[in-house]
Amino acid sequence: MEFIKKYPKLFQWLFLLIVFFALCFAIDVPETYKFIRGQAEFVKDPNQSSFVFLGKEVRYYAFDVFWRLPPLLGWLPIWINDSLFFLMNEWMPIEFWNEDTQEFRTRPLVLQISRNLTAFMTFLIELIREILLGGLETIVAFTSWDWIDKNPWAELPGLPWTIVAAGSAILAYKLSGKGLALFAGLVMVYISIFGQWKPSMQTLSFILVAAPLSFIFGLGLGIAAFKSKRVEKALYPLLLVMQTMPQYAVLVPALVLFGVGDHAAVIITMVVAVPPMILLTILGLRAIPPEVIEAGRMSGCNNWQLMFKVLIPTARRDILIGVNQVIMVCFSMAVISAFIGAKGLGFNLLLALNQLNIGLALEAGLCISLIAILLDKMSLAWANKQTDYFGNLTFFQRNKNILFFAATVIIGIILAYVGTFLFKGSYNYLFEVPHNKGISTADFWNKGVDWIFDTFFVYIKAFNTWLIQDVLQPMRALYLRMPAVATLVLVVGAGYLIGGIRSALVVCGLTLFIALSPWWDRALVTAYMATFGVVISCIIGFTVGTLCFQNKHSASFMLGVCDIFQTFPSFVYLIPVMMLFGITDTSVLIAVIVYATIPATRYTIEGLRSVPVGLHDAATMSGVNKFQRLTKIEFPLAFPHMMLGLNQTIVFALFMVIIGAFIGTEDLGQYILKALSDKKGAGIGFTLGICVAFIGLIFDNLIRTWVEKRKKHLGIN
Amino acid sequence: MSNPVIKCESVYKIFGENAKKMLQDSNGNVDAKTFQENGCIVGVNNASFEVSKGEMLVVMGLSGSGKSTLLRCISRLTDATGGKIFIEGQDLLQLNNKELIELRRNKMGMVFQSFALLPHKTVVENIAFPLQIKGTKTEDSISKAMDMVKLVGLDGRENYFPRELSGGQQQRVGIARSLAVEPDIWFLDEPFSALDPLIRKEMQDEFLRLQDKLQKTIMFITHDFDEALKLADRIAIMKDGIIEQLDTPANIVLNPATEYVRKFTEEVPREKVLLIEDVMDASTTDNLGDLKVLKDEIIENVAEKILTQEKSVAVIDNNNKIVGSINPAKIINTVFGGRKNN
Repeated sequence: MEFIKKYPKLFQWLFLLIVFFALCFAIDVPETYKFIRGQAEFVKDPNQSSFVFLGKEVRYYAFDVFWRLPPLLGWLPIWINDSLFFLMNEWMPIEFWNEDTQEFRTRPLVLQISRNLTAFMTFLIELIREILLGGLETIVAFTSWDWIDKNPWAELPGLPWTIVAAGSAILAYKLSGKGLALFAGLVMVYISIFGQWKPSMQTLSFILVAAPLSFIFGLGLGIAAFKSKRVEKALYPLLLVMQTMPQYAVLVPALVLFGVGDHAAVIITMVVAVPPMILLTILGLRAIPPEVIEAGRMSGCNNWQLMFKVLIPTARRDILIGVNQVIMVCFSMAVISAFIGAKGLGFNLLLALNQLNIGLALEAGLCISLIAILLDKMSLAWANKQTDYFGNLTFFQRNKNILFFAATVIIGIILAYVGTFLFKGSYNYLFEVPHNKGISTADFWNKGVDWIFDTFFVYIKAFNTWLIQDVLQPMRALYLRMPAVATLVLVVGAGYLIGGIRSALVVCGLTLFIALSPWWDRALVTAYMATFGVVISCIIGFTVGTLCFQNKHSASFMLGVCDIFQTFPSFVYLIPVMMLFGITDTSVLIAVIVYATIPATRYTIEGLRSVPVGLHDAATMSGVNKFQRLTKIEFPLAFPHMMLGLNQTIVFALFMVIIGAFIGTEDLGQYILKALSDKKGAGIGFTLGICVAFIGLIFDNLIRTWVEKRKKHLGIN
Repeated sequence: MSNPVIKCESVYKIFGENAKKMLQDSNGNVDAKTFQENGCIVGVNNASFEVSKGEMLVVMGLSGSGKSTLLRCISRLTDATGGKIFIEGQDLLQLNNKELIELRRNKMGMVFQSFALLPHKTVVENIAFPLQIKGTKTEDSISKAMDMVKLVGLDGRENYFPRELSGGQQQRVGIARSLAVEPDIWFLDEPFSALDPLIRKEMQDEFLRLQDKLQKTIMFITHDFDEALKLADRIAIMKDGIIEQLDTPANIVLNPATEYVRKFTEEVPREKVLLIEDVMDASTTDNLGDLKVLKDEIIENVAEKILTQEKSVAVIDNNNKIVGSINPAKIINTVFGGRKNN
């Protein structure tokens, strides 16, 4: 009894586990139960039960409710689908004037809005794209196809790559200085001579539309939420779900609403990139000291001036992190949106992946990362730019950047013109290096991977077999063996022990949604892969983070490495593992581990760093050795922050597990991928996305609640 | 005291949901305790005073005494719950937003405890900020700001960022910024509290020098009684939102109105605060010694001379006219005498 009184929490947890296992053993596996493999669910089977709700028929295999809950929410995807269809095709027909046919036509309102939005986005993208690469569309948008036929000269010629490269270097110089200028120049030259020019510029034109729009919307909504509690309350749950929703899942409904192409990609990117921007805007604005606001007011600012001259610049640090996030999301979406027909590097990357051409995929991936880093650094430099009021500059000094750019334009045009003679009959390399006609290191990488594969085939094979047979399969079987009720009890119990009734109810709601959807089994497989990935990632991340923390330089170095790894498009991680381990769960899990270790490492280092120096000194003066200091002082204090790292690790892992469907998994991701090619996939894809988001949110809720409590207990805020 | 620049009549500031209604019901008799039971916190309780042109009123109180709240009511950073505030005869609480902005742009300057500089702007940009907000041309605002930089002695650091300056230097920027629009009224909210003692003293002297030159109407908030004594023309001592005493430094030291005020005055070295004028005998002007002292001399500076005299010493004004006398015993009595039971 003494023991129980001393550790009441421990006893409660033990009790919960006992109940959980008791339920697991008490509830038998029904004889008819089997995991439904792909496509099987479309077969009509006399053994299936069915019910009708809201006019939708849902068919399912019925089991004991303790084993698997019936999919009472099975009508939801169909219903979402029908609603979308209704909205798009029937709801609120309006009359509008059609320019082409010169007559009034009727169209449903939503369709008309979506078409207008589409036209607008397409125009923006094409405008930038044609400035960079040349084309007709923009001119057509202002005139008509007939006009172009009569005036064949009217075509945007596109800029030679030399001008774009020099231009970006000059812009970088103006924004930051020599270092960034050199980097910008090198990136552009690299892209060009490696023959990635056209897809890179296509991707760039997409980003240059998506990123600013996301930034503006995110900032605007963030300000609105900052100003009005009501807006914030309305936005908050949406933001939470969007943060953990796999980006894949948004693709499908967008496909229905906006069709296929770059414009749809821009809209989806905005949907994904705006939430973190909103959150960081709110965070930044909240952190402004009240005296700064008062200083602004006393300087006679009106509301507008106060917001844009005082508040936003003061909150700049967080807003810039938001910009960085927006850019990163844009680039990761640049790859994902290739699924719905966006052109550019992403498309090439997917193509290379499909051909198992690791070298080409790596090159495309590297281009994406390089442009991402360049844009990120440039936006940062732009925000930090300083004006010089005192320099007595001559006309030349003040306008030297413009003059230099004008000069490079002329030189570039002359070079391109010379090129037409120099490379007669072949490609004009001074204008544009055609795709895959530049230098390529693809062969080198391919051979490298081949060599590793040939040399270590036996070991890789043995490892792979061992992992799958002795670790993964049993683990998966265990997860699937859990009766639904037992899982529910475990999760809700954990919620209650950590955060009381409120947490328990939230977690219960989230779990029930998944349990009542038709995809509980799949969700369990997703959970198993994510758990495995998270456990290994955390072990690696916490160890590496702790070791690197021992030395200031290695810590900074490691954080830098994390930054770089995070800018890689997540797909890139799939390539090498796929080459080595084939189409198995091992490949997916290794990619998950590599990707999810990033936040685990980062948050460990940052957490350990956040331990106050005073405590450090106090501990040293109490005569602790290094190990004692780590275990007695640093770990306990850094633990809340490290748990936030765990939270991020889970989100990253889930994200990668879902992407892993591309290799071939049997979890929720597989169905999302399938929904992409399904005409009626919108509802399914969306509901699946919510399921994945809810898995993330369950852990998010538990961890955050625990961290809040712990921080309050430790007096950290 | 004709035409006070700042005039407050029964100003109340009460935080809480039903503050306004409760204030109306209470008929002006606000009891902090009953308000607190109803979820309201009393910030300023029935404050009435005037500040005339060129005068420096120091509001002194410990933290939570409502002094900063009072200042924010008068600058209308928060709206007073009740009472009237007049700035140069204008009813502050009746101004609409636009008029208020005009008032702040042209008539008011404010310095903050934590400096409240804009982190993304350099020294000169920070100082020019109120001017640019007003719509002054960039060149003019920068050249005006450079004058201010010189005024507060920061020449050569105009292109530094606030984070690159020490606390004292940052506050100089804050002071320069508040003076850039050449306001008539100057609010200072514990401007030197965040500074080290030595720097603080230096800044106080600097501040007196500036005020000597500029002659602004000032409300100065502090929690440091010595600072109040050193700077003030008049001091208002606040406790729990109520102004306990409002008087000249000498009167506060010599005649504390309440027990609370007395506690502050006990430890004050009077010879450093009081002037000869404050303790002289104005009725006796004959039978005096040869030594003459100026009436606005601080006692400390002349005490030694006076104590060597046997007769009373003549006190003269700036025109060399005898206005009173003081004898050595009075000096001894003032410096050492009856602190507790005076």
